[in-house]
Amino acid sequence: MTLGSVPPKFKVSIDRDQCMDCGRCIENCSYGVYRREGDKILIESRKCTGCLRCVAMCPRDAITLTEKPIDYRSHPLWTREVREDIIKQARSGKIILSGMGNARDLPVVYDRLLLDACQVTNPSIDPLREPMELRTYIGKKPSKLKFRKTESGDVELETKLAPNLKLNTPIMIGHMSFGAISLNSQLSMAKAVTELGTYMGTGEGGLHEALYPYQDHMIVQVASGRFGVNIDYLERGAAIEIKIGQGAKPGIGGHLPGEKVSEEVSKARMIPIGSDAISPAPHHDIYSIEDLVQLIRSLKEATEWKKPVFVKIAAVHNVAPIAAGIARSSADAVVIDGFRGGTGAAPKVFRDNVGIPIEVAIASVDQKLREQGVRNEISIIASGGIRTSADLAKSIALGADAVNIGTAALVALGCRVCGNCYRNLCPWGIATQRPDLVSRLDPEIGAVQVSNLIKGWTYELSELMGAAGINSIESLRGNRDRLRGYMLDEQMLKILDVLPAGA
Amino acid sequence: MCGIIGFIDRTKSRMDGSSIKAALSLMNERGSGDGAGYAAYGIYPEYADYYALHVFFDNLGEPKKKVDELLEQWGEIVHQEEIPTTPQPGIKKVHIPWRYFFKPSEDLMAGKMASENDVVTYIVMEVNANVKGATICSSGKNMGVFKASGWPEDVANFYRIEDYKGYIWLGHNRYPTNSPGWWGGAHPFNLLNWSVVHNGEITSYGTNQRYVEGYGYKCSLFTDTEVVAYLFDLLGRQHELSHEMIVKALAPPFWDDIDRMPAKEAELNKAIRLTYGSALMNGPFAIVVGTENGIVGFTDRIKLRPLVVGENGNRLYISSEESAIRVLDPEVKNVYTPRAGEPIIGRFIE
Repeated sequence: MTLGSVPPKFKVSIDRDQCMDCGRCIENCSYGVYRREGDKILIESRKCTGCLRCVAMCPRDAITLTEKPIDYRSHPLWTREVREDIIKQARSGKIILSGMGNARDLPVVYDRLLLDACQVTNPSIDPLREPMELRTYIGKKPSKLKFRKTESGDVELETKLAPNLKLNTPIMIGHMSFGAISLNSQLSMAKAVTELGTYMGTGEGGLHEALYPYQDHMIVQVASGRFGVNIDYLERGAAIEIKIGQGAKPGIGGHLPGEKVSEEVSKARMIPIGSDAISPAPHHDIYSIEDLVQLIRSLKEATEWKKPVFVKIAAVHNVAPIAAGIARSSADAVVIDGFRGGTGAAPKVFRDNVGIPIEVAIASVDQKLREQGVRNEISIIASGGIRTSADLAKSIALGADAVNIGTAALVALGCRVCGNCYRNLCPWGIATQRPDLVSRLDPEIGAVQVSNLIKGWTYELSELMGAAGINSIESLRGNRDRLRGYMLDEQMLKILDVLPAGA
Repeated sequence: MCGIIGFIDRTKSRMDGSSIKAALSLMNERGSGDGAGYAAYGIYPEYADYYALHVFFDNLGEPKKKVDELLEQWGEIVHQEEIPTTPQPGIKKVHIPWRYFFKPSEDLMAGKMASENDVVTYIVMEVNANVKGATICSSGKNMGVFKASGWPEDVANFYRIEDYKGYIWLGHNRYPTNSPGWWGGAHPFNLLNWSVVHNGEITSYGTNQRYVEGYGYKCSLFTDTEVVAYLFDLLGRQHELSHEMIVKALAPPFWDDIDRMPAKEAELNKAIRLTYGSALMNGPFAIVVGTENGIVGFTDRIKLRPLVVGENGNRLYISSEESAIRVLDPEVKNVYTPRAGEPIIGRFIE
């Protein structure tokens, strides 16, 4: 072993004066940091992921966690991360896996966009006193309407509307599969979206029977592995999403490690217990846009043209023309997943380097669709790093119809973003299938937490709109006039079509 | 702030501009002396078949040469002249107001420009966006817009507004807040036969602007009101919606109200909101639009700006203030304030 060990990421210590020796830390840490020897709790800091489960469960606040207790000689280019990745690969000769979203310290465009508010010349609107409309319809809309006069002289609508999903708030929960996350996580979110009148995605993991009561608020996913897909599954969903790509790993497929394929997961996915579920990089029946068009039509035909079909793509450099191509198909919405999008497992090199920010992708897609006169043909759903109601408001002002959240919903369930989702050891019962861990998450309580988060954001969005003198979400959508860029360069402002602060 | 007036005589009996001037000046508290204007329909009966293009020139050299060339390329100028004005101490003549009577050539109507209106719309967009020193401020038939920076009475006297006789009049007394006080930014805003006077601020401007620009309109006059004229042209002329439907699209009922409507009516209103969501106008406003068939007045959905209506026989008056209507017609009957979003429509009697 010429490489030796790398410095531990965390140092865990227990204040022995505070500790009451209850052993909750040992019980709760699924990574095996704590163990009891005789009457002493011993600590193996090296195993710590920083998930903070022990800290959250310690009744005496006796545990302290220090990040990077020992660091490398500082160097601006050869960072700790770079050196450790090299050491890992020198050992293994393999691809480095990672979880959650892009972990690089790149500037966040959302943080450099500022929202507007009214002063004097136009009154702000108080959402507590006046109606505030957030209702959003996702799906195809006619570009113009035709009317006819009936014999009795009444005006009647001649144009037929395509099926649309009705959202009470423009926040949905993105696709996180049963397998990647636990059934209790999915149940928590399903109960929340049903209560709130919005939607969540199943991910590529089929639809577990326990979710049937919430199926009218679930969007079923058809991804390249086609796991869990049959006619029954398609018919249960409120809408169908074809997943082409994912922000955390554009251009590659998916991998659910065998250890996460429990009996229940195996049933929902229709694969053997313990087998790795590998989704290929491309759909093997989609090699061009016309193949996608066929798949969309096949799915619509199978479900009698009653359900909207979405197409999810990763935000890559050419995202705008790709979205414009999708708009010309029978698809009803395009879901764009930015390069900060989360994942249960992705090669680190993809997660941290491939794709473009969602803010830029929304701006260029909305612009392209308008230039080509097809904006009404398709709804834009933005995802990948939406952290707050401000990110939500800015996404809509840039041109999105609604957003999907993922990581934010998991954090509402307890996730502390430790990024070890692919290990099946999630101590919060979220990204794991181990029954003892899953049982830590009570779906009734989880539902309240997720629902609280979405309600809180919805109130904040109402207040932001009211302050901007806007009482319906349509008037925020694409309203880049109400955004200003702060410390963004000229090229970026041009692409976002946003004026700099002060202008 | 701003004060607005709309007038129509449904029998097309014409009225001169003196009482509009008086009524608008009465609302000087709503203005700041930075802009005022009038639109009058029925003023050029001798040229009724030609587009009357009112243009502000910075000078009669290069800008005019370019406009002349563009018009001659696309059709025939049957008459042109400087719009007669009388110098006023309160008005600095920064532009030379000019008018052309123009007919587009049928030979050139093809493709995207299949009609006279398309050609004229193109010319307006082209001049206003790309010809430096020239701004077309009205482009309808048998109508014209007269506006400048100044108080309403000064602008009226400058243009000798009492010399014109119209069956529709719009007036606007401006207090600019979100754009500079310049001649092009004064109201009414016009495209073809659509003219708009507006009190308020459109908080959805960015959305509306992006929407109309997708259909080839160019917002180049630095004022939110411009977009209203283009929305009316797009929905009214290109999409052939009735005035009632246009108002439903621009100031639609709330979803709570739609949910309570009978199924068919709810479906129609839902379809309008889904299709024309980007045309919905938000923020405080009261607006009167002049069209070739009459006038349409309406306010925002929660009525954050005043609008009063009065009637007397064949005459319909819409204004920010009842006092202004009473100056126009001391005998006015049936004065009332419409509900938020309710369209007030005055049409000619066939």
